[in-house]
Amino acid sequence: MFTFTTLKQRSGSIMEIPKSFLGYKRENGRAGTRNHVIILPVDDISNACAEAVANNIKGTIALPHSYGRLQFGADLELHFRTMIGTAKNPNVAAAIIIGIEPKWTKRIVDEVAKTGKPVEGFSIEGAGDIETIMKASKKAQEFSMWASEKQREECPISDLWISVKCGESDTTSGLASNPTVGNLMDKLEPLGVHLCFGETSELTGAETVCEKRGKTPEAQEKFKKTWNEYNDFILKEATDDLSESQPTAGNIAGGLTTIEEKAFGNFQKIGSRQFVDVLTPAEEPQKGPGLYFMDTSSAAAECVTLQAAGGFNIHLFPTGQGNIIGNPIEPVVKLTANPLTAVSMREHIDCDVSKILSREMNLDQAGDELIKATIRTANGRLTCAEALGHREFVMTKLYRSA
Amino acid sequence: MATDIIIHDEKDNVGVVVIEKITPKQDCSCWIMENDKTVNIKSEDEIPLGHKIAMSDLNEGDTIIKYGHDIGKVVKSIKKGEHVHVHNVKTKKW
Repeated sequence: MFTFTTLKQRSGSIMEIPKSFLGYKRENGRAGTRNHVIILPVDDISNACAEAVANNIKGTIALPHSYGRLQFGADLELHFRTMIGTAKNPNVAAAIIIGIEPKWTKRIVDEVAKTGKPVEGFSIEGAGDIETIMKASKKAQEFSMWASEKQREECPISDLWISVKCGESDTTSGLASNPTVGNLMDKLEPLGVHLCFGETSELTGAETVCEKRGKTPEAQEKFKKTWNEYNDFILKEATDDLSESQPTAGNIAGGLTTIEEKAFGNFQKIGSRQFVDVLTPAEEPQKGPGLYFMDTSSAAAECVTLQAAGGFNIHLFPTGQGNIIGNPIEPVVKLTANPLTAVSMREHIDCDVSKILSREMNLDQAGDELIKATIRTANGRLTCAEALGHREFVMTKLYRSA
Repeated sequence: MATDIIIHDEKDNVGVVVIEKITPKQDCSCWIMENDKTVNIKSEDEIPLGHKIAMSDLNEGDTIIKYGHDIGKVVKSIKKGEHVHVHNVKTKKW
């Protein structure tokens, strides 16, 4: 049933990239790699209710988090964008939204409803937890049983929206696992896939080169402005000289000499691609297929949560020393080129490319292995992080609440 | 085909040690990833895993190229085969 796109590689070998994967077709034309029914609390004090519903009704997951009260301005807008984007993500079949009061709950429900997916909101004020849990549980049961009948169908590979972010990096990251992700990007971007990289802080040292990777003068200008705003913030808040902390003592012991070297190692993840636009945190791309830069923290869980809220349906995560992060709705595929990590943390590694270091594998072969792992995951194979129960859902906060 | 050193880009003037360590006067095989070619170099220093070796003689003020990009400047001249790190290279940023 699958057809392939044949690609002649630089090394001369032929890679057959599947033209399709098995995904869940959604009402708005997007495709999911997962079929979650989520119970999403609008705010911290609604976590207990959301978790009780998810405990009552099998086939649902609660996404507890720490914020959502007395936020204001851009920080509140980001909170809403993350909530709405998470529920809109095509990996979510249906959503129950539970908040303390009706107004903010309704704002999220109304936006999510535009996708055409089943969504219902409940507010606790005036009813209490127990009555809300009962009402929301009845609806959640309906949603869960409805979603359980959804079947995977053949979807074009261009329905993949792939986000990337690296963590616990070491010299093997810049040497091999990050370039492996770059190799995948170089192969998949021409097939109409959406791609996203972030980590504004980690690009420091490579920012002028990254800026020039913008496809248009507007994209370049937007990147420059975004990075400068980040840098101004760091300089304002920093209590010590960053030149002493980047690269870190651990980085230096591992062989990294300058912040530029560290940044260019990170930058290998985008291969030779150019980005079409710069997204604010959790913003959905609007300019069609291609690579996007999203302004994110470099903390793994915050970054992936924002990318998932931007609509990305599968994540690639190169690691050196072994970051273990997962996400409740976006499967996180982990790869490493560190032979020690590949063995000592085997249960966390979905794709082992450590043979690059011994030259038993070249970059094209490693990229092909990662494409295979990505498609298998998109088709439904659980990632290590999913099997181990990693569901890190972490809201990004821009400043303190009122 | 085993390799002792990996060089990312043809333009790079440093390579990265990928075995536990290389010892002085060791003949090392280097793999240029970008074009899948092999070059050889004799080391001058002991260099541990993950650390860099100079692929050519470098003078004070020269630019270190890795990943095909400028990653800093030479602050103390370096001979081909010597260890390249914080003792002879600094960022251009600060």
